[in-house]
Amino acid sequence: MATSGMFGNGNPGALWTGGPVPGQLHNFPGVQNGATKGSSQRTLNPVVMGSSVLGIQFNGGVVIAADMLGSYGSLSKYRDCPRLLKVNDSTVIGASGDYADFQYLSNVIQQQVIDEECLNDGFGYTPKSLHCWLTRVLYNRRSQFNPLWNTYIVAGLDEDKPYLGYVDKIGMAYEAPSLASGFGAYLALPIIRDALEKKPDMALEDALRLIDRCMKLLFYRDARALNKYQVAVITKAGVDLRGPIVSDTNWEVAHMIKGYE
Amino acid sequence: MSSIGTGYDLSASQFSPDGRVFQVEYAQKAVENSGTAIGIRGKDGVVFGVEKLITSKLYEAGDNKRILNIDRHIGAAVAGLNADARHLVDRARVEASSYRSSYGDAIPLKHLTERVSGYVHAHTLYSSVRPFGVSLIIGSMERDGPQMYLIEPSGVSWGYHGCAIGKAKQNAKTEIEKLKMKDMTIKDLVKEVAKIIYIVHDEVKDKSFELELSWVGDITDNKHVLVPPEVFVEAEKYAKLALEESDDSDDEDL
Amino acid sequence: MAQLGQPLSDYQRPHQVHFSPYDFNGGTVLAIAGENYALIATDTRLSQGFSIHSRESPKTYSLSENTVLGCCGFHGDVLTLTKTLGARLQIFEKEHNKPMPTPSVAAMLSTILYYRRFFPYYTHNLVAGLDEEGKGCVYSFDPVGSYEREVYRAKGSASAMLQPLLDNQIGGKNQQGYVVQPMPLDRCIAVVKDVFTSAAERDIYTGDNILISVITKDGLKSEKFPLRKD
Repeated sequence: MATSGMFGNGNPGALWTGGPVPGQLHNFPGVQNGATKGSSQRTLNPVVMGSSVLGIQFNGGVVIAADMLGSYGSLSKYRDCPRLLKVNDSTVIGASGDYADFQYLSNVIQQQVIDEECLNDGFGYTPKSLHCWLTRVLYNRRSQFNPLWNTYIVAGLDEDKPYLGYVDKIGMAYEAPSLASGFGAYLALPIIRDALEKKPDMALEDALRLIDRCMKLLFYRDARALNKYQVAVITKAGVDLRGPIVSDTNWEVAHMIKGYE
Repeated sequence: MSSIGTGYDLSASQFSPDGRVFQVEYAQKAVENSGTAIGIRGKDGVVFGVEKLITSKLYEAGDNKRILNIDRHIGAAVAGLNADARHLVDRARVEASSYRSSYGDAIPLKHLTERVSGYVHAHTLYSSVRPFGVSLIIGSMERDGPQMYLIEPSGVSWGYHGCAIGKAKQNAKTEIEKLKMKDMTIKDLVKEVAKIIYIVHDEVKDKSFELELSWVGDITDNKHVLVPPEVFVEAEKYAKLALEESDDSDDEDL
Repeated sequence: MAQLGQPLSDYQRPHQVHFSPYDFNGGTVLAIAGENYALIATDTRLSQGFSIHSRESPKTYSLSENTVLGCCGFHGDVLTLTKTLGARLQIFEKEHNKPMPTPSVAAMLSTILYYRRFFPYYTHNLVAGLDEEGKGCVYSFDPVGSYEREVYRAKGSASAMLQPLLDNQIGGKNQQGYVVQPMPLDRCIAVVKDVFTSAAERDIYTGDNILISVITKDGLKSEKFPLRKD
C-alpha cells in the first residue's frame, strides 16, 4: 500500500506542504525523527515487565494463561495488565517480558488482522503462520540489535489440531505439547510435564485445574507474579477468554520462615 | 460536449473560459457508464446495493466485487473504473489504519471522507495526473448512529440519507425518495435496496448482472459485511416478486 | 555478592541486563560417508542453560531427496539458515528442473555462511548426501563457511567426545595393524548408537533420542533410538 508521497519524484508533491504526509503526524520543529534514532531508543533493558505465561494442550484444544501483573523492577506497579491477546477465533498469544513491546506488537497484529478481514477472501492467520511470522519479526529485530524484549507463546487450533509455539527475543523458537515462559519454565513446567506424562489425553477440566495449581504455585514462589490471572481456552467452538480469576492463597505458615529478617 | 476540440479539455490543471474543468467532467462520465450502486442510511445502519454488470458469460461468478471493506466498521460501494476504485479503497484503508495506529480508535467516517476526498481532489489540480473515474459511497455505524457519505471524482463529498451513482442514478434516486428510510431498519431496507437495483436494471441494454448487497449496523455488531446468504436470497426473492407484480399491473393498464 | 554469614539484601540494585543476540541450544550431529550411502545422526534435545525446551527437536533437516543438513548451535540462527536454504533450493529446483546436487548444496551453504562473516550464524553444520557418482559424501563447515569434504565428522556440543571415538572406530586411528576399509551400514549404525549413548552420559546438552537418517540411491530412511532423558 502506498504510504509515502503520492507521486514519484515529488511531482506534484505532497498533499499539503509542511503539513502531515497523508497518514502521518505533523513534524514539529526540534522533535527528533526516525532518522536520528540511536541506541538510546532501543529496548536494551526492559521497563514494565510481565512474568510467566503457561500453555497446555488438552484433548480437543489448548489453554493458555498469564497473570495480570506489570512489574516495574521490584515494584508491583500495574495489577490489571492483560497479557493474553485474542488474535482471531483460533489463535491467542501470551507475552512475557517488556509490556510496551507487547503492546506495540499487539497493535501491529490487530491491524494486520483487520487488513486480512477487509480482503474478505477467507484467509487469515493460523497459529502456525502467526508463530512463524513472530519468529521472523523477533529474529530480525535481534539482528538489528533492537530486540522486542518478549517471549511469546502462541496457542490455538491449526486444522483442528492443538498448537503451541514458543519464540523468544532472539528468535529461538519451537513447538511442544506444553510450554512455559519466564519463571514458569523452572517452577511450573516440570509439574505440567509430569501431569501430561501421566495423562497425555487430558480433558479441559484437568488442564484448567493444572493451570490453576501452577498459577498459584507461581504466585507463592515468583516474586514478580500475581494471584490474579486470565485463561484463554481455544477449542473448535472458538476462543473463550476467562478471567480475571483470583486464586485463594494461604500464608498461615509464613510466620514460621526464619532467617531472612 | 459542446467544447470538444477547443483545447480546454486536455489537462486537469486548466479551466475552460466558462469556468469548467473538463477532465473532471469526463471522469464523471466514466462513473455514469458504470452499473448502478446505491446506499441507504436507515435508523440502525447503512445498506449498500450494487448492480454489477456482467459483460461475458465466461467470467467467474462473484469476482471483482464492487462492495469493499475499508475497515472493520466501514464499507464502500463503488461505481466507475474498477481499477481506480481499488486504488482509492486501498488508500482509504491506509488512512483508516494510520488513524488507528495514531489514536488507538476507529477512524470517524467524517474524517475518513475528508482525507479521501482531499486525495481525490489533489488529482484534479495537476496536468501530470488523471482524475479518478470513480464515485465512492462509504458508510459505517458510528457511536452516534449510522453515517453515509458520497465522494465524487471532483473531490466533493456530501453526507446522505440515500444516494445513487452509476448509469441509472436518476431512476434509483426517484425510487429511494419514496422510502421513509429514517424510520426503517436495515433488515427492511435490504429488501428495498435489492428491489431498487432490480427496478433500475435495464434488461435491454445490459443483459445480465450480479446483485451485491452489504450492510453495517446494530444487527451486524457494527461490522460491515456482505449480507448472509439467507438474507440475500430473501431480498432477491422480494425484489423479483415486486418486479413481476409491477409488470402485471403494467399489463393491466394496457 | 553478599558476604558469607551476612543476610542477603533484598534491595540490592538490580544489575543491568545485557542483550546478547546469541544463545547456545545444544545438540550434536554426526555424519559418516559410506561407499554407497551417507549416514547422518542427531540427538533430539533442545536446551538452554539448565532447561530442556524440547525432547523432540531433531537437528537434521532433509533438504532434498538425497541431501540432509545437520545444523546445531543457536536455534534462532538454525531456523533462519534452514529457511533460507530451503527457499534457495526451491528456486534452484524450479530454475533447473532438478534438485541441487549435494556438492553444490555444500558450496552454496559455504557462501551463505560467509555472507555473514562479521555477524555470523552461530551454527555448526554438516551436509550429508550422495555425490554425482552415487558415493556417500559428507561436508563439514565452521560457522563462517570454511568447509571440506570428509569421511566422518561430529559437530555440536558433544563433538569433542564423539570425534576421537570415530577416529578410532572408523578412521582406524591409534590401532596397530588395522587396515582401513569401507564400513558396512549396519556396523556403522551400531557405532553411531554407541558413541551417542556414551556422549549422553557426560554431556547435558545431548540426550532424549537419536534420529539416524540414511541416504542411499533408493532415498531417505530414518530410525529413532532412545538415549537417556535426564
